[in-house]
Parts: sequence; C-alpha cells; structure tokens
Amino acid sequence: MRWFAPIIFAAAMAVHPLRAEDRLNVVASFSILGDLAKNVGGDKVDVATLVGPNGDVHVYAPAPSDAKKNADARLLVMNGLGLEGWLPRLVQSAGSKATIVTASNGISPLQLGSDADPHAWQSVPNVKIYVANIRDALIAADPAAAAVFRANADRYLGELDALDAEVRAAIAKIPPERRKVITTHNAFGYFAAAYGVSFVAPVGVSTESEPSARDIATLIQQIKAAKIPAVFLENLSDDRLIRRIAAETGAKAGGTLYSDSLTDEKGPAPTYIALVRHNIKALTSALGN
Amino acid sequence: MSLYTALVAPFTEFEFMRRALAAIIALSLGGAPIGVFLMLRRMSLVGDAMAHAILPGAAIGFLLSGLNLFAMLTGGLIAGFLVAILAGVVSRSTGLKEDASLATFYLASLALGVSIVSVKGTNIDLLHVLFGNILAMDDQTLLVVACNATITLVVLAVIYRPLVIESVDPLFLRSVSRAGTPAHLVFLALIVINLVSGFQALGTLLAVGLMILPAGIARFWSRDISGMICVAVVSAMLSGYAGLVLSFQTRIPSGPAIILVAAALYIASVLFGRVGGVVRQLFPGRHLEA
Repeated sequence: MRWFAPIIFAAAMAVHPLRAEDRLNVVASFSILGDLAKNVGGDKVDVATLVGPNGDVHVYAPAPSDAKKNADARLLVMNGLGLEGWLPRLVQSAGSKATIVTASNGISPLQLGSDADPHAWQSVPNVKIYVANIRDALIAADPAAAAVFRANADRYLGELDALDAEVRAAIAKIPPERRKVITTHNAFGYFAAAYGVSFVAPVGVSTESEPSARDIATLIQQIKAAKIPAVFLENLSDDRLIRRIAAETGAKAGGTLYSDSLTDEKGPAPTYIALVRHNIKALTSALGN
Repeated sequence: MSLYTALVAPFTEFEFMRRALAAIIALSLGGAPIGVFLMLRRMSLVGDAMAHAILPGAAIGFLLSGLNLFAMLTGGLIAGFLVAILAGVVSRSTGLKEDASLATFYLASLALGVSIVSVKGTNIDLLHVLFGNILAMDDQTLLVVACNATITLVVLAVIYRPLVIESVDPLFLRSVSRAGTPAHLVFLALIVINLVSGFQALGTLLAVGLMILPAGIARFWSRDISGMICVAVVSAMLSGYAGLVLSFQTRIPSGPAIILVAAALYIASVLFGRVGGVVRQLFPGRHLEA
C-alpha cells in the first residue's frame, strides 16, 4: 500500500491546493488599483487586474478571461466616479459573487464638465483614502488576517505621506508663474487642486474626441498668450499633435506624464509611487528654470 | 469678418494650417488620379477593403518593435501589397471576380490582424496610433506624403497607356499587348501606397474619401480621362482647402469637414454637371446650328 499514499496526497492537493486556500482572490479594475491592493494585501491576497499596464481604462473591452477572473474573485476593487462604465455589466454577466469595493468612497469629487472627474488617484491624499477603503474591505473579507492588513496599510500610508511631502517640496521649487502645463488628457484635475499646478488640455475628458482646426488654433493662441512653458505628452493619446503644437509655440515638449495606467516592469512607472515620482520629475525638469 | 480673415488669415497665422494644406495638395496629386482609375474600373469600394487589409501588417510591426510608426507602416505596406497582389493574381488566373477575391483576402487579413493584436494583450488602439490627424503633420509625415505623390505620378505616367486601354477595352489590349496584367498589378500597388500614406497622414475616412469623391465629381465635368484626372485633382485640392477653412471657422473636426465639402461638391456636380448632370438632362440646351 505504500504507493497509495502519494496518490491520496496528490488528490488531496488537487481538491484543496494549500497555497490558494488561505489567499484571498482580489480583482482590481485597473493597474493602479491593483498596485494599491497588492501593497495592502501583501502575501495574503492574489491580485488580478482587468485593464493591465499601459491599457486604456476609458475604452476598454472586456474579454471572456476577464469574466472568469471576476467569477473567481471574492473582492472586486473599482475606482467608481463613473470611470469603469463597462464594469457593472461584466460583473452581472460573469455571475460574480464578489463584494464590490469602491475605492474612491469618501473623497470629495471634482467636476469635469457635467460629470464627476474620475481621476482622483492623481492626488496622494486621495490615495490614502483609497488605501483605507481597500484595507477595511480586505479585513471584512478575511478577518483572520486583519493584523497583517493593518500593518501593511500603515506601512504603505507612511510611504504615501513621505511621497506627498516630496511632491510638495518639488513643486515649491518651481516659480509660481511657471506652474502651468498643457497635456493631451485632462486627467490631472485632482493633482492641480492638491498641488497648485494648472493643467490645460487640448482634447476633452475622454481620449475619443477629435479636435478641429479651430480648437488647435485657440490652444496655440492660449499657450502664447499665457506664456505656458511646457507641453506634456501622455502615454495613451496620439502625440504628434502635441509635438506640432510645441513646435509652433516654442513651449518645451516635456516628455510623458503617466495618468491612467502603470507601465510594465521595465517601464518608468511600474508602481503607483514610481508613477507619481516619475511625473513630478518630468514636471520639475520641464518647468524649473 | 473680412474675406481675408476668413479665407487666408488662418494659413498665414498658423504653421499647422499651412502644413495641413501642403499635405492635402500632395495627397490630392497622388490620390485623385488613382481614384479616377478605380472608378473607371468599377473598383471604387476597393479602397475601403484595402484599409482593412493593412491591419495585420501593422499589427505584426507592432509585435516586433512596439509602438514604432515606421515598423507599423512597413508592415502595413507589406500586408496591403500581399492582399492586393494575391487578389489580383487569383482573379486574373481563375474565374473569380476581382471584388469577390479581394473581399475574401481582406476579411481573412482583418481577422488575422485582430487576432494578432489580442494575442499581444494590450488594448491600445492600433489604428489610432497608425492613423494620424491632418492637423498634426510633422516633417517626416509630410516627406512621406510628398514622396508618395511623386512616385504615384511617375509610375502612372509609365503605365498610363495600358491602364487606360484596359479600363475601356480590355479585349483589345489583350489582343495587341501583354502589358495588361503587369500594369494592373502595379496599379494595385499604387493604391496601397497611397492608402498607407493617406492613413498615417489623415485617417481612414479621409484617405479613402479624398481618393474616391473627386473621381465621382470629375465624372460629371469631363468626357475624356485626362480631363477627368485634372478635374479630380483640382476638386480634391479645393475640398481640402475649403474643408480646412470650414473646420477652422466652425469647430467641425478637419477630416470630416474635408469630406463633407467634397460630398457637397459631388451633389452640386450630380445636379449641374456639364456631362450627364440632372439639370442638363432635364433641360438640354439648343442644338448648335450653323
């Protein structure tokens, strides 16, 4: 009967894989939320993201594998504020029983046109609220690991405090009259409100709409009139237009600001903290004297 | 608003408008004659089909070297050539009509392109990256468009005679010369390079539109092919200019504005055209008398 034991053991493993058993399946709607959930959950959770690195969360089309991720999840972290219009249908069609956490609960939303501006994560104080929401949801889902989640969240909140101070110190070094930039995607409303840099965008809130000749001309006149020192490209939109505008106005083309998604491991912004650091470095080097 | 501020000032004040105009002129020179031949050969919808055929090539370029415009364009060119030439060869050597074989190849090509893009897994809109905006002409794009116009005109001049004869009387051409098939294949290649250069400058709608609509307009103003080509080129340039002005004054995006102007010209031509226009047919002029 000695040959029998390994088989029973293997069968038992197949039914109850040990590692997956005590880990919580968490699905995040896009890469930045995924990073936050990983930081709070640590090795007690398995985090999957629906819109991965470099993906555009505004124009996302779910694949069947995403429905499967949802069906397996215990917790679904979403941003809310109208960012993931496609998510409710996906949850319904996947027959998911996951608890939905809206990470932006409790922040004070800004307006963008007639709707709420969803890009709340561009302000570090808001992300601290995100982290607290995710922590509480994780604790509710797995009370046994509460201590771990609290410790992780406290450590990460500390890092965010340091990051916030870093951003403020960097902005303080830029002369106040130079604190304005143009970017393709007006995803930086919260950043502007929190840190006092103005962002002007040539295209509307979505990456969809196409500008007319009039819009571009108005923008060029505006840059010249307001003496805006830098134009920024964003990682999602067509950048030829921005380079054209930069060439025509003499403003500096300041590289890339990451707004809606992290980059992959090799890119400059694989985590949320790296993303904010990258953006602030790009801003200071373009706007500083 | 004076006439000068309405029609000229946008171009003197803004470099991007001048660049857009230059691109329109180059594209009209290359694309409009191609459009005339497409129309004469009853291939007007081929442009749309080819637009889809280019996708897998662009996708492979994207797979090999990421978001590199040059690689994606080269890939697009190769895919377009392959589909055009395969379809041409099949229709020439079998009984299947050109449109049917082209439809088959472009659908297969499109399916392949979509699969390749999704295997790569990111959902950046490839076409969005590949297809430019007329207002965002950089030096590189302008050069590509200008080279394309030059090549097109030179090659058209070389294959002009067999192409014209084949358009009107293919049986006669076959009895006196064997230049028909090579001329046709070269013509298909010209379509592809014009589409690809049009795409990266303007986007699908505009690239195909600036090729086909002027040809439709020209049909109502001239009986002979060289006259048609001239009318087509001029009306393409005119639509481009008027469309840019329209977009500047009304906030309609530039691509659609240009096509709308061309469509308006087309409707005017259908009604008032000298050759077979509706009004002309209803009220024929008096016969010339000695």
